[in-house]
Amino acid sequence: MSAPTVTARRSRPRLPFPIAFAMPLALVERNARAGKHYWLTIVSGFFEPVFYLFAMGVGIGALVGTVEVDGRALPYAVFVAPALMATSAMNGAVYDSTQNVFWKLRFAKLYDTVLSTPMRPVDVAVGEISWALLRGLLYSTAFLAVAWAAGFVTSPWALLAIPACTLIGLAFASVGMAVTTWMTSWTHLEYVQLALLPMFLFSATFFPLSTYPEGLQWVVRATPLYHGVDLVRGLMTGDLHAGLLVHVAYLLVLGAVGVAVTARRIERLLLS
Amino acid sequence: MNDDAPLIQAVGRRKTYGAFTAVDGIDVEVAPGESFGFLGPNGAGKTSTMRIIACTSPATGGTVRVLGMDPATDASRIKAQLGVVPQEDTLDNDLTVTENLLVYGRYFGLPRATVRERAAELLEFAQLVDKRDELVENLSGGMKRRLTIARGLINTPRILLLDEPTTGLDPQARHILWDRLFRLKREGVTLVLTTHYMDEAEQLCDRLVVMDSGRIVAEGSPRALIREHASREVLELRFDVADHAERADDVAGIGRVEVLADRLLLYVEDGDAALEQVTARGVHPMSSLVRRASLEDVFLRLTGRSLIE
Ligand SMILES: Nc1ncnc2c1ncn2[C@@H]1O[C@H](COP(=O)(O)OP(=O)(O)O)[C@@H](O)[C@H]1O
Ligand SMILES: [Mg+2]
Repeated sequence: MSAPTVTARRSRPRLPFPIAFAMPLALVERNARAGKHYWLTIVSGFFEPVFYLFAMGVGIGALVGTVEVDGRALPYAVFVAPALMATSAMNGAVYDSTQNVFWKLRFAKLYDTVLSTPMRPVDVAVGEISWALLRGLLYSTAFLAVAWAAGFVTSPWALLAIPACTLIGLAFASVGMAVTTWMTSWTHLEYVQLALLPMFLFSATFFPLSTYPEGLQWVVRATPLYHGVDLVRGLMTGDLHAGLLVHVAYLLVLGAVGVAVTARRIERLLLS
Repeated sequence: MNDDAPLIQAVGRRKTYGAFTAVDGIDVEVAPGESFGFLGPNGAGKTSTMRIIACTSPATGGTVRVLGMDPATDASRIKAQLGVVPQEDTLDNDLTVTENLLVYGRYFGLPRATVRERAAELLEFAQLVDKRDELVENLSGGMKRRLTIARGLINTPRILLLDEPTTGLDPQARHILWDRLFRLKREGVTLVLTTHYMDEAEQLCDRLVVMDSGRIVAEGSPRALIREHASREVLELRFDVADHAERADDVAGIGRVEVLADRLLLYVEDGDAALEQVTARGVHPMSSLVRRASLEDVFLRLTGRSLIE
């Protein structure tokens, strides 16, 4: 055997490029294999937003008629479909990164096992979040297809709503996972629902931002779901403007911060 | 690194949790192919020690080298060549037996084909071929343990770390497991294990350290430790008294006496001869037993306490 140096190296542990890059994928593969044993749950995740779409779009839409947004009159279904798509991206990402991660972190001790291999905390964070995004991608694509077939989509730019939803997923999954590392009981998970519900109802989802008084509008604008909804709505209705880039930037920054915090927290919790 | 350079080398290794010191300055060296044990009661610091070697818990003092590398800077490289069998079963309950092996192999970045081939061999080794497609929650305790060991071997590690490999198993399951570990030892795998069973330590370890309260109190081969700290045989005497200390004077001078809650131990070269001496003095115990000295006696001698309370 050749003699590698035994002097301490300053750098962080590094693996050869293709392996290092593939590390988080091993966790994605694990989740996919585990998912085969509860595929029904995964499939059922598709239906909730679709049911909402028809209840809101068709049912309530008949009562409401059109909605005025930035000087354009949109049929209510066209107005609400992007919001439901964005919301379901949020809900899916949060579910995977809170409930599922909490179970794996505190009870199944999955990450203790994973960290006894060359996988690092950041691989765990990236792996789990990637899985949430892949699952979300499935739902977004199916939702868009249904909305399109139902005639609720008015612009081919709507195809970009799929990556936009992945971005929403990234922001919520990574922040969700970071927050989950502080949770110690199932009750804490209920607080998450408590935070999501008002966002779901008031992020310009069911009625336009202009409905709110000036002061409240700024509160709405600060929430991540508002940025997601407005981004997806812009794309699905073909209303492209520079403001959409602000939404992209907001969601990207949130995602990056979430991943970094998650990795650090996992290191502190499990490698101490 | 040359072939007989130590695989694990620790000097003055410490581990503190806040103000509490779990490992208090430990020096060990493990050579390739060796079976090395940490023997000690619950709370001695065995798991803390193993986690430092496994690079899942940084030492808070002293220096540690595993495979010639520093866990603080080369954790992933070290872990790539270690097999870890933790104290608690941490199998993936969402997966089948085979999937547990395949997925774990992928955590090491091993190619799918390699992992599949290796998994098939390991199922054979762990005697789990006919359970291959079961979910792990349907396995018995002994089977889970064997699967955990098989999992730890998926990357063909240079060192296999086993934290209390047979605790909680019934005698038959323990013997099957020992048999598997023997086979690994014969194949030249370096084993590092912890245990609080002296029979396990005697069976499996070429060399061991006895730990108590985070310190090493003795080191050597099981036989050398027994020779040094105990005698060849032990005569156990039970009397019908509340406190066995009352009877210690009756047998004084025959051999070293150790007083336990329920019996007296006499450390002697010849147990039967010692028993004759006792009866010749007109002392008649309720029952008596002559046995060979064990690591249990070594531990008692060194710490004044039994391994398992
Ligand atoms: N994460 C921790 N935080 C605080 N104390 C700990 C922690 N882990 C272990 N200890 C303490 O360190 C001591 C040694 O524990 P451990 O290494 O698990 O011993 P063993 O494996 O020999 O039973 C025990 O007193 C235990 O309570
Ligand atoms: Mg332990």
